[in-house]
Amino acid sequence: MSNEIFTLHVNGQARTVRDSWLGENLLDVLRDRLGLMGSKGACEQGECGSCTVLVDGHLVCSCLIMAASAVGQQVVTIEGVAPVGTPSDVQQAFVDFGAVQCGFCTPGLIMAVHDLLERTPDPDDTEIREELAGNICRCTGYGRIIDAVQQVAVTRRTGRSGA
Amino acid sequence: MSIIDRPTSTGPRHGALGTSPTRPDGVAKVQGAFEFSSDISADGCLFGATLRSPHPHARIVSIDLSAAWKINGVQAIVTAEDVPGQLTYGLISQDQPVFASDVVRYVGEPVAALAADDPEVARRALDAIVVTYEILPALLDPELAISGEFDPIHPDGNVIRSQRIVHGDSDATGAIVVEGTYEIGMQDQAFLGLEAALAIPDPGGKGIEMHVATQWLHEDRQQIAACLGFKEEDVRLVLGGVGGAFGAREDISLQVHCSLLALRLGRPVRMAYSRAESFLGHVHRHPAKIWMRHHANADGSIVKIDSRMVFDGGAYASTSSAVLINAITLAQGPYRCANAVVDGWAVRTNHLPCGAMRGFGAVQACFAYESQMDKLAAACGVGPLDIRLLNAMTTGDVLITGQPVLNVAPVEECLRETDALPLPDEPVGGHARTDGSVDAMKLPGGAGRTADAGDIVRGIGWGVSIKNLMYSESFDDYATARCRIEGGPDGPTVFLKFATAEVGQGFVTLAPQIARSVLGIDRVELDQIDTQVGSAGSTSASRQTWMSGGAVNAACELVRSLIFDHVAAVHGCSAADLFIDHTDVVDPMTGRRFDVAEACADVSFDETAVYRHPATSEIDENGQGNCHTAFAFVAHRAVVDVDPELGLVKVVQIATAQDVGVALNPLSVMGQIEGGIAQGLGMAVMEEIIQVDGVIRNGNFTDYLLPTFLDMPPVVATLIEQPDPLAPLGAKGVGEPPCISSTPAIVAAIRDALAQVDIDASLNRVPVRPGDICLG
Repeated sequence: MSNEIFTLHVNGQARTVRDSWLGENLLDVLRDRLGLMGSKGACEQGECGSCTVLVDGHLVCSCLIMAASAVGQQVVTIEGVAPVGTPSDVQQAFVDFGAVQCGFCTPGLIMAVHDLLERTPDPDDTEIREELAGNICRCTGYGRIIDAVQQVAVTRRTGRSGA
Repeated sequence: MSIIDRPTSTGPRHGALGTSPTRPDGVAKVQGAFEFSSDISADGCLFGATLRSPHPHARIVSIDLSAAWKINGVQAIVTAEDVPGQLTYGLISQDQPVFASDVVRYVGEPVAALAADDPEVARRALDAIVVTYEILPALLDPELAISGEFDPIHPDGNVIRSQRIVHGDSDATGAIVVEGTYEIGMQDQAFLGLEAALAIPDPGGKGIEMHVATQWLHEDRQQIAACLGFKEEDVRLVLGGVGGAFGAREDISLQVHCSLLALRLGRPVRMAYSRAESFLGHVHRHPAKIWMRHHANADGSIVKIDSRMVFDGGAYASTSSAVLINAITLAQGPYRCANAVVDGWAVRTNHLPCGAMRGFGAVQACFAYESQMDKLAAACGVGPLDIRLLNAMTTGDVLITGQPVLNVAPVEECLRETDALPLPDEPVGGHARTDGSVDAMKLPGGAGRTADAGDIVRGIGWGVSIKNLMYSESFDDYATARCRIEGGPDGPTVFLKFATAEVGQGFVTLAPQIARSVLGIDRVELDQIDTQVGSAGSTSASRQTWMSGGAVNAACELVRSLIFDHVAAVHGCSAADLFIDHTDVVDPMTGRRFDVAEACADVSFDETAVYRHPATSEIDENGQGNCHTAFAFVAHRAVVDVDPELGLVKVVQIATAQDVGVALNPLSVMGQIEGGIAQGLGMAVMEEIIQVDGVIRNGNFTDYLLPTFLDMPPVVATLIEQPDPLAPLGAKGVGEPPCISSTPAIVAAIRDALAQVDIDASLNRVPVRPGDICLG
């Protein structure tokens, strides 16, 4: 296991990665080498979406790509969405509308919902379901999550809460 | 303290019982800042890994660790020889070895564990351990286990428990007889937060602290201490953030292994399972085969049930004996039934061990009795709703165990309120797109290949269920909570302490609601959840709202009585007359009101309470006895679209009315209902662990299919709120019922759809697979 030193741009900062082995995936490097524990690993094969991050603006499962392949790209993790204690509108809606139970899938879903609403500001029910189908939640049955997404869309469109 | 002028309040205040305040851990969870057990580390910690058996049944001839020791970075290796205390553990009987020493009994059984500087080094070192096995014939057929013709695969024998129920007239017959044999596949809890723990040995190695995701801290502690040869007080457990549980964390998994490594090294050790390992490392829902026969009068009223239930417990007992008792004692479902003969078997095989999963025996029984109810309806020429209304039990009815149902039992209301919910407004196959074309996402099979939209048929099915709440069969079931109030310049703060495992269900939201309602104080903080307070029992059996809720309520009431004494002493009133109205203490004799926060400005009270439900009984050799504590009920109506040619199913809507007692937090209740239904849907049409010759074939999320956003339909729900006088807060647990009868409702809807195109598919097995529909 040869160790490589390389630099990743994560949440707007250049971060030096030491002690990584070639082929180590981005999720493990974010968590175990850079201490960014917000991204979660639950399946290790890109099925559950818990590890979702943005790489150069594209939504990816960080368990599926090599960390070294993200050199020179902009990585945004859940820690980069909003400052601690100041949740984004999507994050606050998840809290307010009961979209969080155990919360393990939540960071990945937050990434996916922000991405969805950037591209599709007013998604219908099918669009929400299709876009988020790569993120598995075992607790909620998804109903409150869909509600939260719809509330954010309404609030962004009208400037007021849909509650 | 001053008298204030405020009118009597109306309605609950925000944050109190009956409202839906946000989760206290919500912001941390959405920001990725909440610390799950897999996120916990310590300076200088090492990484543990577990070597597991590749064979379902084999004798261990030798274990050669020499090559593994040569790998740079390997710090410790432990096997059965290194277990200082009890060599086995287990929830009800301690029949599972910490490490196999003589034989392995399932694929995935732990044989050794090691710790290394890096998780990857640890994984690679496992490959260097050479275990020589002598393959033994595997016991894979539960009937063979019952027959006695297979040599015992365990010193405790091949039958974990058998129990018969004989009730009423065992020779009773009815004009109508329907029967069938039903199978339930092995379901995985599939929580997302994988098993993980951090063990930190005390200096000198005389004790240990463990941070772990579990459902029951004190039970874990007892089992860990026994295996380590420690006194229980030398093992301190702290709840690590739990990423879902659903029964799979009721048994211990990596706790002892991780502790042994940490103690051996005198250093912190972290263990975390992969998904593949998780499928092997925790117990699953029992696969079961259930034969059932109903005798009924011509009008459809049930006369008698006969049943034989066989549960495959896998290699170790876990909670199999209790799962079996749930299944056989609830065999009649939520229906009156005067006569019954039920035989139940929970047996040992060389399959993966099975134990607790949401619904715990009631799920398997329900698929059988609800399938039977539809057969009975058809035989009597009445509708599926009518047959259920005709037989619906109510408070005072007697179960086939002889136990009367003393709880609120609104089975009829559940059915009628479910029936009153609107059917989906979407036409068969879903609304067309705006350009008039078919929206493939609305079809069975989604964007993949589907048959012509015109061939799709819609069906409606019903499911109703009964679930026992809390523990049964004379178990000493209790929960502990501590309430402390500290005055201060900004007003008082209430601190609650309990060992109740928060697994996502929201007890951390509910407990402060209870305190706010009882004490009239808004600021409530939660202490760390750990073993530094008495046991709360397990977060299972839909029991924590009732049990830990009852304990928090009782502790807060003790503190409240001290507050009343204090107010009475200052104002010269009678403490016995006082009550709390919102944030006021009210003296009804004079109409005076005192602000609670002001009254508590300089007090300090600290009380601990234990809540116990009334004792339950054992059952006798005929299965008679008041073995259960309480019961809850629910009805489900499923609407499905089926593609008969390809055997594909899309669940379009689930309607439900659930007996909740009181909805203490309506938003949380809705979350439990929707989440439970999703797991019931998975059981109906998607989820099954496949084992071939004792080897798991789909232990990953690519091959074990979980419901996604696209699989889960909208849920319309009505909460039946009839406060249960036996429940400390009037509320029943709500977690399990949603996943029990949603499964048979979906299967009944598929049968209904197929019947419309003259396909008579029995669908006697869940999960229903495409081949069961289009080739059946």
